[in-house]
Amino acid sequence: MNETEISQIGGLKTGEGGIIVSKLDDLLNWARLSSLWPVGFGLACCAIEFMSTASSAYDLDRFGIIPRNSPRQADVMIVSGTVTFKMADRVKRLYEQMAEPKYVISMGSCANCGGPYWEHGYHVLKGVDRVIPVDVYVPGCPPRPEALIGGFLKLQEKIRSESIMRPKALEKLMEQKNEA
Amino acid sequence: MKLDQLKELIQSEFPDSIIGEDENSSPQALLIKPEFIHSVCVLLHANEQTYFDQLSCLTGLDNGPESETMEVIYNLYSIPYDLHFMIKVVLDRPKPSVDSVSDIWNGANWHEREAYDLYGIHFNNHPNLRRILLPNDWEGFPLKKDYVEQEKYHEVKVKY
Repeated sequence: MNETEISQIGGLKTGEGGIIVSKLDDLLNWARLSSLWPVGFGLACCAIEFMSTASSAYDLDRFGIIPRNSPRQADVMIVSGTVTFKMADRVKRLYEQMAEPKYVISMGSCANCGGPYWEHGYHVLKGVDRVIPVDVYVPGCPPRPEALIGGFLKLQEKIRSESIMRPKALEKLMEQKNEA
Repeated sequence: MKLDQLKELIQSEFPDSIIGEDENSSPQALLIKPEFIHSVCVLLHANEQTYFDQLSCLTGLDNGPESETMEVIYNLYSIPYDLHFMIKVVLDRPKPSVDSVSDIWNGANWHEREAYDLYGIHFNNHPNLRRILLPNDWEGFPLKKDYVEQEKYHEVKVKY
């Protein structure tokens, strides 16, 4: 290969180029929202829909969503089903075992507000948001896989607008201080 | 074997144990005095003419505060004779207690725990009588007619 030919193909690859300039926020958010790993646990019939969402027909994997077997490896918790008071303590414990940053999707009417048990279900927690903070609520009884995927897309949207420069917790503290 | 024959069999062994019968229930039922329940069950389990080797179901029943009574209902099945039979005992509602039959049918163990969990019925001589569905520190027995759920469980409001 002579010099003319080399210049025709755009020069030799030297390994010196290839820089992408981006904001750190964008990079972090992109990394986080592209690999949302949920804790794989189910509580009721919603779990069946969750499982079929992960199946080949709906293919959660294409979003980088892979269910994990340990809360310590997970980024997002899907509360898929009826949370009884007995289970609520365990759900809270699982949430506490997850590493930050962590997100919660409440799936289905039961986890959202108690669902059909809201009035006479003495044993059912009336909404999982009474024990852990929820980021996205997915309505339905149970929600179809498309709805759950919709919930994940909403969560991705939420993560996309995050910034390490503006921690939400700090903002809340400042608000409280300003009010006082 | 018909209900009359069963009645005769029980009466011949324990003369004062039967206090009533219900022919219209399905399966047909006899009302037994609570103090006889264990010995009657031993008899029905071991007798060559009955061999009630399976306790299909054991459940509680609350007749409400006005009636002052609670019931425990035993559904028996004899596999060799294809025979169904029901026994009922009526208990005192303020302090319901009856002898356990878990030493005759092992399956009664969890059924009795469930009846204790939801109705507060005490089963004497039960090997492990504690709540089976609800958490250990739950207050009250939810299937009693006058049950009122607790205000909070572990600092979380129970009502909607």
